[in-house]
Amino acid sequence: MAWLTQILEVLAALVAAPLFLGWVNKCRAWLQNRSAPSLLQPYRGIRKLFFKDAVIAENASPLFRLAPYVVFGAMVLAAAIIPSMGTRLPFSSAADAIALVGLLATARVFQSLAAMDVGTAFGSLGARREMMIGFLAEPALLMVIFVASLISATTALPVISERLAVQSVGLYPSLAFTAVAFTMVLLAENARIPVDNPATHLELTMIHEAMLLEYSARHLALMEWAAALKLFNYACIGFALFVPWGVSTTATGPAGLLFAIPLLAAKLAVAGVGLALIETLSAKLRVFRAPEFLATAFLLAVLGLLVRLLLGS
Amino acid sequence: MAMRRLFETAVKLPGAPGLRRLTVTEEQWLEAARDLAAAGARLLALWASGQSHGSQSVYAAFATEPGVLVLMLAREQDGLPYPGLEEMFPAASRMQRAIADLSGLRSTDPDTRRWLRHAAWPEDFHPLVDEHVPPAPQSPAVDDYPFVRVEGEGVHEIPVGPVHAGIIEPGHFRFSVVGEKVLKLEERLGYVHKGIERRFTELPILEGHRLAARVSGDSAVAFSWAYCQALEGLSGAEIPPRAAWLRALALELERIANHLGDLGALGNDAGFAFGLAQFSRLKEQVLRATERALGQRYLLDVVVPGGVRADIDAAAADALRACVAQVASEVRELRDIYDEHAGVRDRFTGAGVLTPSLAMRLGVVGLAGRASGQAFDLRVDLPCPPYDEIRPAKVCRSEGDVAARVAVRFDEVMESCRLVARLLARLPEGEYRTVVPAPPAGVAVGLIESWRGPVLVGLEAGPGGTIRRCHPHDPSWQNWPALEHAIMDNIVPDFPLINKSFNLSYSGHDL
Repeated sequence: MAWLTQILEVLAALVAAPLFLGWVNKCRAWLQNRSAPSLLQPYRGIRKLFFKDAVIAENASPLFRLAPYVVFGAMVLAAAIIPSMGTRLPFSSAADAIALVGLLATARVFQSLAAMDVGTAFGSLGARREMMIGFLAEPALLMVIFVASLISATTALPVISERLAVQSVGLYPSLAFTAVAFTMVLLAENARIPVDNPATHLELTMIHEAMLLEYSARHLALMEWAAALKLFNYACIGFALFVPWGVSTTATGPAGLLFAIPLLAAKLAVAGVGLALIETLSAKLRVFRAPEFLATAFLLAVLGLLVRLLLGS
Repeated sequence: MAMRRLFETAVKLPGAPGLRRLTVTEEQWLEAARDLAAAGARLLALWASGQSHGSQSVYAAFATEPGVLVLMLAREQDGLPYPGLEEMFPAASRMQRAIADLSGLRSTDPDTRRWLRHAAWPEDFHPLVDEHVPPAPQSPAVDDYPFVRVEGEGVHEIPVGPVHAGIIEPGHFRFSVVGEKVLKLEERLGYVHKGIERRFTELPILEGHRLAARVSGDSAVAFSWAYCQALEGLSGAEIPPRAAWLRALALELERIANHLGDLGALGNDAGFAFGLAQFSRLKEQVLRATERALGQRYLLDVVVPGGVRADIDAAAADALRACVAQVASEVRELRDIYDEHAGVRDRFTGAGVLTPSLAMRLGVVGLAGRASGQAFDLRVDLPCPPYDEIRPAKVCRSEGDVAARVAVRFDEVMESCRLVARLLARLPEGEYRTVVPAPPAGVAVGLIESWRGPVLVGLEAGPGGTIRRCHPHDPSWQNWPALEHAIMDNIVPDFPLINKSFNLSYSGHDL
């Protein structure tokens, strides 16, 4: 049963991640009074890329070819650890929440190294900015996880989720602070407005896109898919920490899974609308405002921690 | 005083109102330029004319207090450089380099690098004076352009373009940066050189307006009007009042459409896609109403010698008036959103500052100039009919940042909406077109304020209705160098926004 949940979760992540991205794009278009692209557009983009011939820079090292697989692999592994549908995950005993942050960091390092590998100006520009965002976002994310760990007395993500879901439906003010902090980290880490603009064509302002400029065909497809997976994973981390209700647990058994799947879809739909709303209402920050933005996220997470430690709530 | 003397000795030049021409020697050329610079004159254009085996002349047009003075410097075939104006008028430098590339006339400017000529044609070929075009090389040599290098610890270069990630015109930008901060930007243009000036000499003079309208597609009305103004001046044709009013209507509609497009794009470049969607919608409304009223969305063939191509009918005029009124009220609402949105304000305010004193020194004109305290607008300062009657209000700001250029656009859209309503309400009855005979040989200059700034067309008619030389001059020539200054000390990711706030023409500059 546990293995079924595990396999189902990874498959769901792989399939649903582009769909979630398509949903966010659709909501954004609606909010901006544009006619929206099809929900399936991200799949079409990825499919198209898989059928193309890859063009690789002459001076690219093996690292450049390897990076898309590492990044994609890391995102799939992360999807296996995050309890999006059920909490009994055989894989999750291999890595706790801190290891998960490390896994995401590994992907970032490989992506940045690959971006610098070819030696174009834009690749290093993007990698440099990505590392700046990353080293500010990671502590904030860790702090968010620590708060949840303090409440549930464990760093294993499924256990955190299960305890938060089962313990009580009581409200934790500390979690409210951290939820805001987490949302900010999510925006920054997934190259969304106000930190980065996924729709931009201006190469000088890009962060995430600038790192992908040298990629084509299947490598680009994997990178794009990995980016969709990353967004999906972050959304699921958010659900696991802040709205864990409804996932299948040891108590609910296989029937719980039937209930958990539509519930996850509903959560994602709501999250997509929220994300699109934030992105439509805000303009992109000047790059040097991003540290302030992430420092605010960190501060909020620390406040959550203090509330938990001092007030015990 | 020296200015007055210059104007008194100058003779009237046909074309735009207030034009005077003065033939000068080399000493007088420099002396006059110094006097003009001291009097705060603006360089409008600099071009050369003539064949390699005949005499050649260099023309310089300046806008100053009493009007526009065109200096003409006749050149002997001595191969010596003529005196450059770059010290008094920094914008002259690139124009002089372009003259050297196209006409083979060198100036005393120490910057002798090529400007419009890339490796696409042989080094000793000068398209405007040599008759025979050499065959194009199979594979053009690699163009090694000596950029100015910035040395120092931690300085590195970012080459951008000419091929960009988005679909925009080609231009190369070489940034020297420390971290994200820009120490120096150097532009390299000329990638869309199409040989427009040479093509002009192959056309009958009565058909040149069609090519003029295509010099820079966003300023079609301004270029074709300036061309027709020069042509009509040479022929001595009086255009009927209704024709002039309809031309002004077309010019203002072009201004509104371009400003709306820019305002949307500026929002988008700040990551505020809502602005793009809204302004694109408004621009589309204006374009559709324009098509109904004047027959084209983009007014490439509306201005013709002697008037306009077609008359406007009453129903379309009413629809246009209603459309413009609605656009004006919606723009007012959108302006509030732009003004009050914290994120957008933060991006616009203080980005890409061009101080009024620097703008004055660099001779920045048009919209960008008016955002930096350079209150110069041909429609007000040297009005041709019907602007002498409808009297537009001049818009001017002194902050010189992106926010100021946005504010000038907003103000000008509102003013143009008012002008359109006024033009439609008081449109004189009568003919909309008159016959223009082929002009005798001579020189004339047309001058029209496009949405970007003053557009000048220097037209030299040959015998039998031919064009001996036609120089269409876009204000981007004067404003491109100012962009290099505006970006200094800003950060690299702000460049697209600052660049967009100027929105200069590549096509109109590269010719």
